[in-house]
Amino acid sequence: MLTEAGSGHPGGSLSATDILIALYFKILRHDPKNPKWPDRDRVVLSKGHGAPALYAALAHAGYFPISQLTTLRKLDSPLQGHPDMRRLPGLEASTGSLGQGLSIGIGMALAGRLDGKDYHTYVILSDGETNEGQTWEAASFAGHHKLDHLIAIMDYNKFQLDDAVKSIIDMEPVVDKWRAFGWHVFEIDGHDMELIITTLERAKGIQGKPIMIVAHTIKGKGVSFMENNNHYHGVAPTKEEAERALKELEGKG
Amino acid sequence: MKLEKKLGAATRDAYGKALAELGKTHPNIVVLDGDLAKSTKTDNFRKVFPERFFNVGIAEANMVGIASGLATCGKIPFISSFACFMMCKGYDQLRMSVAFPELNVKVVASHGGISVGEDGASQQSIEDIALATSLPHFTVIVPADEVSTYVLVKKLVDHKGPVFMRTGRPKTPIIYKEGTDFQIGKGVVLRRGEDLALFAIGHLVFEALVAAEELAEKGVQASVIDLHTVKPIDRELIVQQAKATGAVVTCEEHQIYGGLGSIVSEVLAQGAPVPMELIAIRDTYAESGTPEELMDRYGLTALHIVKACERILKRKKK
Repeated sequence: MLTEAGSGHPGGSLSATDILIALYFKILRHDPKNPKWPDRDRVVLSKGHGAPALYAALAHAGYFPISQLTTLRKLDSPLQGHPDMRRLPGLEASTGSLGQGLSIGIGMALAGRLDGKDYHTYVILSDGETNEGQTWEAASFAGHHKLDHLIAIMDYNKFQLDDAVKSIIDMEPVVDKWRAFGWHVFEIDGHDMELIITTLERAKGIQGKPIMIVAHTIKGKGVSFMENNNHYHGVAPTKEEAERALKELEGKG
Repeated sequence: MKLEKKLGAATRDAYGKALAELGKTHPNIVVLDGDLAKSTKTDNFRKVFPERFFNVGIAEANMVGIASGLATCGKIPFISSFACFMMCKGYDQLRMSVAFPELNVKVVASHGGISVGEDGASQQSIEDIALATSLPHFTVIVPADEVSTYVLVKKLVDHKGPVFMRTGRPKTPIIYKEGTDFQIGKGVVLRRGEDLALFAIGHLVFEALVAAEELAEKGVQASVIDLHTVKPIDRELIVQQAKATGAVVTCEEHQIYGGLGSIVSEVLAQGAPVPMELIAIRDTYAESGTPEELMDRYGLTALHIVKACERILKRKKK
């Protein structure tokens, strides 16, 4: 997809892929043929630059034809460089300006509480985006209002555009911070599929608190030359690199 | 008929009253405030519907984001703060989380303009109209008095899409009779004259009426038009009035760049270029003082409008 587009963010898409697979194929209550179903679970990809992974999950889940994936970032494509909810079924929010998704997810969870509905709202954050102050305004609000049915997942891949997160603004101790804001926190390996699924299942059962799952991930996961190589934060692979990457991801590498 | 200055409620009070009434008929309305409910008057709604009211704290960015999420679920969020904090602190969120996805969020912000008075420049919003009109998909409304605010707030609820409305702090002279109807996007001709047209918004509508009366005593007949909807602006009415009078003065309690004057200029440059004068704040911040003192010092009273009209009549004759 990214090679075809000639640009995009492979590293942060691959780090979030296992989380998205778990959500769309094991956890979510949703109906791809009825994307506006009022009782559906919601997913907000606050780290909008991870859109390619979300689009792939949506296509494979049946929201739109898989063949459309190669139109990513092209004129008139519903697969915009960053998510545009008006253009693509299954997208719950338009994101790309970091720091905004958690607040949007709170609005969705709050609407559910006001209407007595039992759907869950999942918000996927990046680690770097928690630099944004709005994240902590949102964290305070959800904690204060004991907003359950809200499950945030931090794709903690340890890198942001310029460098390692800890070298720019170290967000540690991450778990303690969210706990201090009144959240129930899990800390997991974000590539252990079974653990992701069981943690999400447990998270759904927690009442009276918002939930944060700190998922330790690897930027560029699954592609040897991209793993922890921040060059691939915002650079698409070449044709040859893409062929190698796909072979590795398909287990033929 | 002699113009009578009768003070009505502040436009923010009319918002609070209309909002509390709307709460009864529209169970989908949810109100958020950035810890200023007693000033923005969303307190009226809170008293009746506490379960649908949230003081989000002093956190405007989060407030806008929550409103976005609520709107995706079919709620009609009304969100309020002071206009300067709402638009300046919430701008990126209004852009990405509301304007871009075209969500049905109603932003009603009080303390517009410098008539805020003694609190000084940090609380006086002079850029809000420029910021709000710059957002695609946004409708922008600046009502002039209690009666028009009340009616226009009630119309917001059936108007689909994001809206910014500015209300003011001080009590405001009544311009309209109870029961007057208003349409979003349609200006109101309050007085007809053939010599020049005064286009005004908010607190300056009354000043424009006073100015027109003074001009009439000098034999000059001015039209006065309330352009309460700044976006989408009533282009047809502006062009028609400009063609009929041949001279235009715009009047607003806002920074000169990006407000009503800029928008009317854009319409006239294409539709009917005529001499224009702009009554607005001249690229500066104001200060503490009584509202009356500030409106005078920053050139926003009837006296200043009359002078601008006299200037433009000379230009028109050339």
